Amino acid sequence: MIRHAGARALQGLLVLFAASFAIYMLLGLMPGDPIDLMASGNPNITPEDVQRLRELHGLDRPLAARYADWLFALLQGDLGYSRIFSKPILATVGPYLANTAWLMLASFVLALAIGLPLGLLAASRRGGWLDAAINGFAFVSAAVPTFWLGLLLIVLFAVVLGWLPASALPPPGADGFWARAQALILPVATLALVEAGEYARHMRAAASEALAQDWIRTARAKGASPSRVLWGHVLRNALIPVATVAALGFGGLFSGALVTETIFAYPGMGKLIYDAILASDFNLALACLLMAALLVIMANFAADLVYAALDPRIGFSRGGGDEP
Amino acid sequence: MRLAGLAAAALLALLGPAHGQARDTLTVGITQFPATLHPMIDSMAAKTYVLHMARRPLTTYDKDWKLVCLLCVELPTFENGGARRVPLPDGKEGAEVTFRLPADAKWGDGTPVVAKDAILAWEVGKHPRSGVASGEGYRRILKVEARDEKTIVFTNDRVTFSYNDFSQFDLLPDHIERARFEADPETYRRRTAFDTDTTNPALYNGPYRIVAVQPGASIALETNPHWHGAKPHFRRIVVRVVENTAALEANLLSGSIDYVAGELGFTLDQALALEKRQGQRFDFNYVPSLLYEHIDLNQDVPAFKDRRVRQALLHAADREGLVRQLFEGKQPVARAFVNPRDSIFAADTPVYAFDLAKAQALLAEAGYDRVVDGIRQNAAGERLSFEFGTTAGNRIRETVQQVLQSQWRRAGIEVRIRNEPARVYFGETLRQRRFQMAMYAWFSSPESVPRTTLHSESIPTEANGWAGQNQPGIRSAAMDADIDAVERELDPAARKVIWARMQKLYAEEAWVLPLYYRSDPFVVPKWLAGIEPTGHQYYSSLRVEHWRPR
Repeated sequence: MIRHAGARALQGLLVLFAASFAIYMLLGLMPGDPIDLMASGNPNITPEDVQRLRELHGLDRPLAARYADWLFALLQGDLGYSRIFSKPILATVGPYLANTAWLMLASFVLALAIGLPLGLLAASRRGGWLDAAINGFAFVSAAVPTFWLGLLLIVLFAVVLGWLPASALPPPGADGFWARAQALILPVATLALVEAGEYARHMRAAASEALAQDWIRTARAKGASPSRVLWGHVLRNALIPVATVAALGFGGLFSGALVTETIFAYPGMGKLIYDAILASDFNLALACLLMAALLVIMANFAADLVYAALDPRIGFSRGGGDEP
Repeated sequence: MRLAGLAAAALLALLGPAHGQARDTLTVGITQFPATLHPMIDSMAAKTYVLHMARRPLTTYDKDWKLVCLLCVELPTFENGGARRVPLPDGKEGAEVTFRLPADAKWGDGTPVVAKDAILAWEVGKHPRSGVASGEGYRRILKVEARDEKTIVFTNDRVTFSYNDFSQFDLLPDHIERARFEADPETYRRRTAFDTDTTNPALYNGPYRIVAVQPGASIALETNPHWHGAKPHFRRIVVRVVENTAALEANLLSGSIDYVAGELGFTLDQALALEKRQGQRFDFNYVPSLLYEHIDLNQDVPAFKDRRVRQALLHAADREGLVRQLFEGKQPVARAFVNPRDSIFAADTPVYAFDLAKAQALLAEAGYDRVVDGIRQNAAGERLSFEFGTTAGNRIRETVQQVLQSQWRRAGIEVRIRNEPARVYFGETLRQRRFQMAMYAWFSSPESVPRTTLHSESIPTEANGWAGQNQPGIRSAAMDADIDAVERELDPAARKVIWARMQKLYAEEAWVLPLYYRSDPFVVPKWLAGIEPTGHQYYSSLRVEHWRPR
C-alpha cells in the first residue's frame, strides 16, 4: 500500500511538472501580452509606459527564463504574486477555492445520491416503464445545457416563485450558514442534475451486467431477498466502474463549473482560471491549473482505494491482486 | 419565458416596498469585479465605478461635461488667479496651479485631507517602478508643493488648455500609504492598504467607505461619518457583480438587485427588450456616451489611399437606417470623433448621407468602373474586396457588420468578415495593424486631445514596439499641426475653431468610418431618484450622495 502510494505520488509529481511546463509555454504562446491588452483599452498609455510596465512585470524576458525562475521559486515554496490582483497567490485563490469546495462537494454528493439509486433501480426494472423513465431522465440530463438549466431554475425559483435567491452568494452582512446554504441550492441542483444522469446511466449499465452474473443467480437461489441482492451484491460490484467515472467527474467539477459559476454569479475556481488565462496572469493561471491537475490525480488515487475496498481481489502488491 | 417574466413582474410589484417606504440599503448590479482597488494601479471601469462612491478626485466633469471642482474650494483658473504662467529652468513656460482643499475634508478615520496626500500621490504616480499604468499625467507635473496644510501648488511642465484638469489625480492618504511606499516602491503595489487592508476607513474621503469585500462577488459600502459633503440618503450600498447579463436581468426581476448601472450593465439590445416587457416597472434612460464606435481603414491598403473610395464606403452605408432598425434610434450616428454633447462639437462637420448613386459615382471616378460578378474592379483587375474584422462573439458588432456587408455589396464592394477573439484582435491584429477594416470603439473624456489616436507620431510600428493607437496609420501634417496647436490654445473660442477644423478634416478625409456613439442603458426602478448619467468616464456614481428613494 505504502509502496503503491509512493509510486503514484512520484507519477503525480512528474505529471504536475509536465503540466506546468506545457501550461506556461501555452500561456506564453498566446497572442498579445497583458500590457498590450491594457494599452489597447487606454488611449492615454504612452509607448514609454508600455515598455516600463513590460519590464516591471518581467514580460520582456524570454519565456524559458521566466519559467525557470517560476520553477525555482516554487521549489522554495513561493508561488509568487498574482499580477492582476497584486496579491500572493494563496491569498488570491483562497476565497475562490473555498467557494468551489462547497459547490463541488455538495453537487457531487447530491449527484451520486440521485444518480446511483436511479441507475440501480433502472437495472432492476430493466425494460419496464421505470427503466424507460430513468433512461429518459439520464438522456435529458446529459443533453440539457448547463446555462439553460441554470437560467430556467433562476426564472422559476427566484423570479416567479421568489423562493430562492438568484445569486449563489448572499451579500456581505447576510452571509450566515443558512443564507449561504439557501443561496447554494440552485447552483448545486443545476450541477447535480446534469451529473446525476451520467452516474445513473453508468450505474444502470454496470448493475445490468452484474445482475446477469452466476453469483447473483446463486444468491437468489440461496433465498436472498430482491433488495438484499440489489443493495448487498449488485451495488458493491457495480460501483467499481462507476468509481472511475465519479473520480473523473469530481476532478472536472473543480475547473469545469465555469458556466454554472457565471450564471449564478458565484466566484469559484472555474471563473478564476478563465480570468487568469485571459489576462495572462501566469502565476495565477499556473497555480489554479496545477491545483486542478493535482485534484484529478488525487481523485484517481482515491478511486484506486475505493476499488480495493470494494473488491478484495484488487490489491496494491506488484503484479496485482490475488487471482480468484 | 415571457409569461414567466410578466408573472414575476406582477408578483414582485405586489410584494415590492410601497413608494416612500424607508429604504436604507441599495443593491446595484454591475458586470465586472475590480481586480485591485488601488486608484492608480491599473485602469478598470468597475474599480472606477466603485471608488467614485468612496473617493473624490480634485476635479471632474459634471453631467453637462463641464470641468468642475470636487475636492477643492474653487476651480483654479488663470482668470481667477488660481493659476499662472511660470518660467521653467529649461527656459520654457509652465503652469503653476493652486488648489485649496476644503477645510473640513477628512479621510474616513477623521484625519484631515491635506496637501501632503497630493504629494504622495504624485510621487507614486511618477515613480517608474510603482506599477501605475499611465504615468504620463504625473510626469507632466514637475513639482508639487504644500503651501500650507490645505493648499497644494502644482507646477506643470507646459501650458495647455487642460492645465486645471486634475480629474484623474487621486490623493493617497499619506498617514497610511507613505510608509508602505517608501519601504520599497517596486513592491508597493502588492503591499498597498487598498488591497491588503481594504476596509480601512482611512483610505476613503468620499460619502461612502468600503466595509466588506467578497472577492469576485460583491463590495459593500456604508456612509462615511467624516464625509464633508451632503449627507447620503442610503446608509448602505452593495455593489453586486453578475457577469452574465441574462442572470443580471433575472437578479433584477427577482429583487436581488435594485438597480443595474448604466455604465457597466445591460447591453443596449437587452435593455430595449427588457423595456418592452418591464417598461411599467422601471425607468429606462439611454444616454449617449463617449464610446465612439467606428471602423478603421488601414491606410496602407492601396484602395484606401484614394479618398474617393473611403468616402464611397460612407455614402454606401445607411447608418441612420442601421441605428433606427437595430437600436431604435437610441445611439446617435457619429459624424466624426467628437460627440455632439461635447462643447467642442462642430455642427458644420460634413455629413455623409446614404446615397448609393453618389457612392457608385465616386467609385467609378476612382477607377473602379467595371463590375464582375457584382464586385467593382479597376483597369488592373484589382477588386474592391476587403477583410472586415471585429471582436468575435460581440453580438451587436457582428450584426452591424452583417448589415454593412449587405449594404456595401449593393455598391459593388465586397467585405469578407474575419472576426477574432478580443484578446487576439486587440492584442495582435489591431496593435500590429494587420487588418484592412477594423471595427471597435474608443472611450475618452470630454475635449480629449486625440494625440495617441490621430497624430502621425502614434502610428504603431515594429520600431516603436507597436506603441501608439493610430491604427489606421493616419499621416496628415494638417492634423498633426492642429493637435499640437489645440493642446496649447487657452482661448476657448480660438480652440473651438481648431477643433472644428480637425473634425472637418477627419470627416472629409474619411480615414475612419464613424458609426455611432454607444448609449449606456440605465434601468432604474421607479422608486429610485437622483441618478445623473454622465456619458463619460467620470461615472454617475461620483454623485452617489444624491441618490435617494422617491
